[in-house]
Amino acid sequence: MMASSYNAKEEDGHHSGASGPGGAAAKSKKPDNTAFKQQRLPAWQPILTAGTVLPAFFVIGLIFIPIGIGLYVTSNNIKEFEIDYTGIDMSSPCFNCSQNFSWNSTKPCKCSLPFSLDQPFESNVFVYYGLSNFYQNHRRYVKSRDDSQLNGDLFSLTHPSKECEPYRTGSDNKPIAPCGAIANSMFNDTLELYYIDPNETRTLIPLVKKGIAWWTDKHVKFRNPGGNNSNLTASFQGNSKPVNWNKPAYELDADPENNGFINEDFIVWMRTAALPTFRKLYRIIQRKNNMTPTLPRGNYTLEVTYNYPVRSFEGRKRMILSTISWMGGKNPFLGIAYITVGSVCFFLGVVLLIIHHKYGNRSNNSDIPN
Amino acid sequence: MLRRGLNRLCGGDEKRVDSRTIYVGHRPCPPTEAFIPPKFCDNRIVSSKYTVWNFLPKNLFEQFRRIANFYFLIIFLVQVIVDTPTSPVTSGLPLFFVITVTAIKQGYEDWLRHKADKEVNKYPAIRLENGQRARTYSENIKVGDVVEVVEDETFPCDLILLQSSRDDGTCFVTTASLDGESNHKTHYTVPDMEKDLESLSATIECEQPQPDLYKFVGRMHIYKHDQETFVRSLGPENLLLKGATLKNTKKIYAVALYTGMETKMALNYQGKSQKRSAVEKSINGFLLVYLSILVSKALVCTSLKYWWQSREGQDEPWYNQKTQKERDTYKFLKMFTDFLSFMVLFNFIIPVSMYVTVEMQKFLGSFFITWDKDFFDPEIEEGALVNTSDLNEELGQVEYVFTDKTGTLTQNNMEFIECCIDGFQYKNRDSCSELDGFCVTDGPISKLQEKAGREKEELFLRALCLCHTVQVKEPGPDERTELDQVDQVDGLDQVDGLHRPLAQAQEERGFIASSPDEVALVKGAMKYGFTFLGLESKTMKIKNRQNDIESYDLLHVLNFDPVRRRMSVIVRSRTGETMLFCKGADSSIFPRVKQEEVDRIRTHVERNATEGYRTLCVAYKRLSPEEFAEAEERLQEARLALQDRDEKLTAVYNQVETDMSLIGATAVEDRLQEEAAETMEALQGAGMKVWVLTGDKMETAKSTCYACRLFQRGTELLELTVRTLEGGRRREERLYELLQDYHKKAVQDAPPAKPGVTRSWATAQQEYGFIIDGATLSLVLNPADANSSRYKSLFLQICQNCCAVLCCRMAPLQKAQIVRMVKNCKGSPITLSIGDGANDVSMILEAHVGIGIKGKEGRQAVRNSDYALPKLKHLKKLLLAHGHLYYVRIAHLVQYFFYKNLCFILPQFLYQFFCGYSQQPLYDAAYLTMYNICFTSMPILAYSLLEQHICIEVLMDNAILYRDIAKNANLRWGPFLYWTVLGVFQGLMFFFGVRFLFSNPALQDNGQVFGNWSYGTTVFTILVFTVTLKLALDTRHWTWINHFVIWGSLCFYVFFSFFWGGIIWPFLRQQRLYFVFANMLSSVSAWLTIILLILLSLLPDILLMVFRKPKTHVRQKKPRLTSAGAPKSPRASARPLLMRTFSDESNTVC
Repeated sequence: MMASSYNAKEEDGHHSGASGPGGAAAKSKKPDNTAFKQQRLPAWQPILTAGTVLPAFFVIGLIFIPIGIGLYVTSNNIKEFEIDYTGIDMSSPCFNCSQNFSWNSTKPCKCSLPFSLDQPFESNVFVYYGLSNFYQNHRRYVKSRDDSQLNGDLFSLTHPSKECEPYRTGSDNKPIAPCGAIANSMFNDTLELYYIDPNETRTLIPLVKKGIAWWTDKHVKFRNPGGNNSNLTASFQGNSKPVNWNKPAYELDADPENNGFINEDFIVWMRTAALPTFRKLYRIIQRKNNMTPTLPRGNYTLEVTYNYPVRSFEGRKRMILSTISWMGGKNPFLGIAYITVGSVCFFLGVVLLIIHHKYGNRSNNSDIPN
Repeated sequence: MLRRGLNRLCGGDEKRVDSRTIYVGHRPCPPTEAFIPPKFCDNRIVSSKYTVWNFLPKNLFEQFRRIANFYFLIIFLVQVIVDTPTSPVTSGLPLFFVITVTAIKQGYEDWLRHKADKEVNKYPAIRLENGQRARTYSENIKVGDVVEVVEDETFPCDLILLQSSRDDGTCFVTTASLDGESNHKTHYTVPDMEKDLESLSATIECEQPQPDLYKFVGRMHIYKHDQETFVRSLGPENLLLKGATLKNTKKIYAVALYTGMETKMALNYQGKSQKRSAVEKSINGFLLVYLSILVSKALVCTSLKYWWQSREGQDEPWYNQKTQKERDTYKFLKMFTDFLSFMVLFNFIIPVSMYVTVEMQKFLGSFFITWDKDFFDPEIEEGALVNTSDLNEELGQVEYVFTDKTGTLTQNNMEFIECCIDGFQYKNRDSCSELDGFCVTDGPISKLQEKAGREKEELFLRALCLCHTVQVKEPGPDERTELDQVDQVDGLDQVDGLHRPLAQAQEERGFIASSPDEVALVKGAMKYGFTFLGLESKTMKIKNRQNDIESYDLLHVLNFDPVRRRMSVIVRSRTGETMLFCKGADSSIFPRVKQEEVDRIRTHVERNATEGYRTLCVAYKRLSPEEFAEAEERLQEARLALQDRDEKLTAVYNQVETDMSLIGATAVEDRLQEEAAETMEALQGAGMKVWVLTGDKMETAKSTCYACRLFQRGTELLELTVRTLEGGRRREERLYELLQDYHKKAVQDAPPAKPGVTRSWATAQQEYGFIIDGATLSLVLNPADANSSRYKSLFLQICQNCCAVLCCRMAPLQKAQIVRMVKNCKGSPITLSIGDGANDVSMILEAHVGIGIKGKEGRQAVRNSDYALPKLKHLKKLLLAHGHLYYVRIAHLVQYFFYKNLCFILPQFLYQFFCGYSQQPLYDAAYLTMYNICFTSMPILAYSLLEQHICIEVLMDNAILYRDIAKNANLRWGPFLYWTVLGVFQGLMFFFGVRFLFSNPALQDNGQVFGNWSYGTTVFTILVFTVTLKLALDTRHWTWINHFVIWGSLCFYVFFSFFWGGIIWPFLRQQRLYFVFANMLSSVSAWLTIILLILLSLLPDILLMVFRKPKTHVRQKKPRLTSAGAPKSPRASARPLLMRTFSDESNTVC
């Protein structure tokens, strides 16, 4: 590296050297006495010793253990109910639907699962659907989308990205909107919850379908072609619907604020999950007032419109009811981890203290003769 | 190269012969049957590598010849061709960046070279064309042109001096820019040259261009009008080299001999062989490990993928169908492309940026050596020079130091101490006062006041005055040069303080010679009344005691060379007497003089040598006219020879220098370098073995070794010299016997000390010093019988157990031989050679690290060295402080780079188990690309430039700390394993910690869920913070730059993530990260997990540091205390060598 530049320098020096020994040339050769060049920049030189680390360990222990306990308690207070409605077992109400599934059937297959809650769900209840062994994070799947199409780009609407193959053009050779495997496989079971009074009357529990997608996704990332207020039917004129959908994108919802690409169910689905077992937010059950719990304990029925086949790949479908705390959904991991780490730190602090005490004495002794 | 190759093709026959013929002034000469203008290269200097047109292809080709670049190019091409998880940009951009930066740097350097070339090539020159002076440019000069050069101009090419404006046909040049020797050298016109250059018709026959600056043989045929032909020999004294400058001479005319790329200067700029450092070898070893990790990861993933896909319904579920093209692909081809895809996905484990960072670190780091003001020497007004930045860290790994004696350990600043004439001792009266208390023990000195016969005395002094090649600096013709000379004389005064009053009395007279011994001798003679006045047109003038001027015709100078170790002059006095004066080493003079004279002087010589003086013997011989005539004839003959001229000359010299009579001996003191002893002590304390390789006599060298405290009073010397081998029997037998004996003593009987532990620990243990001389060494290395390897290994084993080894009477090549032998022995230790003279070049080039001292013996050592220092004492700081720090820095840099990329890529590997082995990247492409370029590169670069884990003062005070890093301690497999395990641990932490967090992806308080990109971003955030904080933990020296860079790059990461996720980027196909980072930060759980995992990942490191700290803490303190309390005070060596009154003979075994 330097060897090559050395040549150039020598050639340069050839003439300056020839002009005789000048005082100025010699002066410039003296290295600058700056702190940086002399490697004498003022520096903080911390040394980690038992003495400095010890208090830190205790502090960490003292902070982490309460946080951990708090997290654990919070997580335990979260109510969660989970029901598998895949219909694997013969006894399951959905067995028939799962057995007789066909893409072409026009009549939706319905099944209802009764369940009961032992405890009342006090605050807002979030309804999730969960899928297992569903590889939303498969590379072929993850990239099979066209974000500019979903952002309302008119050119992409008619010319979807090549990444969408084989879900790019429909059988009528029209471009698919929304294109790609993700959109094509959108979860389309309908879940309905009924509360069964002690006097056996079924009341439909109202499910709110807004606020389930990220705000930025709903308002910025996803946009209908030609703006959100235009005539969607006209906008999707030149497109065909995704192969596995039974209705086109502009018929996803009656509410124009929740139709087309900005349909929140669709947006939620488009955010690919990290792991093959995942849950996605389906609906929110808003708390009515402070007096009655959102979901009182008692019997319920889950009505499923069974449109989504998972048995071909040994998948599972679940419905999850969960309350939410400041830390999110139920997850005991964080609390346990905090308590463990806090205890380990505390324990290490004690061990260090003992070692430091013993060792410190010894080194003091050895210092004295000097 | 290409140019020369072409020349070889075009030049045809002319090139193949050993000599070239030049027609002076392009005039055809009568005897030559036909004038064929020979083809030579033009006088353009082309040091540049590229032109505008070939820069791009040539530079790219050269860059991709490097294995690393080529590897990344392949990865890039795979990404372009095969459908891979990451876009080609992720590896293309860093590669492009690296290639561009390197290309810009090389382009800039080449532009500088172009500029320098242009400056040289457009240098105005004056050419004689048909008798007219014509202005032209240097580049237009052709071989055979007669050019005019005026004072203070540099020569445009290599010239043969034809005519000088000085009466005596001489001119003065300085070759400062060629070899650094600033003294004026005298060059001579070709003898008997006609005054009229216009009518000159001559040819020059000379050897083909060769790079040796000091060798030239040629012959000039001059054709007179009367068809008579003269032949004149040409030597280096007639040759003016390109790059040298004309001084003190108004103008000269000379004929161009070698031009352009064939000049000696250009030939000398050919690149040196590249030295590679041990660290680089370690890096390559680690790279192989990581490459195998990479390949095995890819193999595991590929096989698992096909196993997984073979299960029912997993290969192509209804929601994730393949394209038709994918289905049609042949299965094994698909497997292969899958394998390649995995390779690409994991290729970040071997980062492009590591090479860039290592190169940058080396390049920038080397500036700290040049900038160090401790290396600045006010005397020569120069600091250290770094010729290569590839070896910085090697300075911290030196195990063997080979040092030259003269000029390196000693100052090469000679002072005449005493002389001995005919067995009577004469002491320099000036230094008498210093000699108080000096105990005179041997015989002849008791007759101190007695004098030799006056005649002998004067003969001796005349010999001193005549037998040399010293020039007198006379006042110049104009003011400017006079000023110049005052400087020169001042310079002499400074270095030679003792003679200051004397020198001033000498009418501002300065002497200039190639060897400082000669100046010392001439000055010595001056003190006794004989003054050398100068040499004018072959007449030497001396002023004798009666202030009469005696003049002598200088007939011949029989030059000094290291093989003969003597030089002679043949002079003719006014009385017509022809005399030969010879001076040289005792070993080369004694066999050539009468034995009875030798005995009288030998005791003096040996005693002086023991005291560390350099001794020379002076002899003379009267030549009868017949003898002289015969000698002259043979000399002429040898000088005209084109082939083997040197050998022939030496033979003649040897013949002439026989049957001389010895008149006396001189003793010249060569003082020790400043702090030579402390430096040597520090080096030995640092666990280095110091070998002194010198051409000097054993006694002189031995006493220098004592003075430098390489040998100490208690050191038992094992001597293996010609002297100890004498003993009637065959030398080989005796040699073997001695080797066995020493081996038993030093190796077998020695307590099983830990390797590397010598000196200062083991005060109880007997120490050994080893002495060997050149003749014996060649016996050991090239023995006559078949025991060669046995001798060699015995010898090596003994040497390895000695604290110091002295090799005296070494030829330059033998020095290199020794270095090579040690370099290639078991464990291949790192060697360092330090020297200042041309005779050290071979060993400087041979050793792993070559260091040149900017001494008095010219610049050749400096030019061939890797580092150049003004003084020996600077070696201590260079090795103990700079070397140590550079090594620790680069070792940490390398380990850290591998570590950070391992824990970067491991989560990505683990993610494959959760995404159906589909090569789905965990991180976004921007993160993949930027991780090594932006987020984590600056802190480690700053660390590797600024870190001082132990501050410089402590390192200098405790040489023992150097042993901590000996034998590549920080880059062995142990530390590498530690870093790898750490990387794996942290990678597992990052991935599974976040995996457990994401077992419920509803992490926000509004119940919304996170997807795969949030997962990756969380892992990545923890990764960046952990890796940066790990470096922060390792940083022991926090300057503001470290603070700025460490916290700055963390801030940059956060800002970048916000920015990158905050905008819908129109040029991106997928807006994967849109608000992912912001959403992550809005989740309390994510925060808590990030904090927890960072802490947990750093915990083992903190613990290790705390548990390890007490030990190093003590170790840092202890040596300081012992060195302070040690009885041996380092101040003593400031005293002159003379005062040391030890008797080393008693310690010698034999």
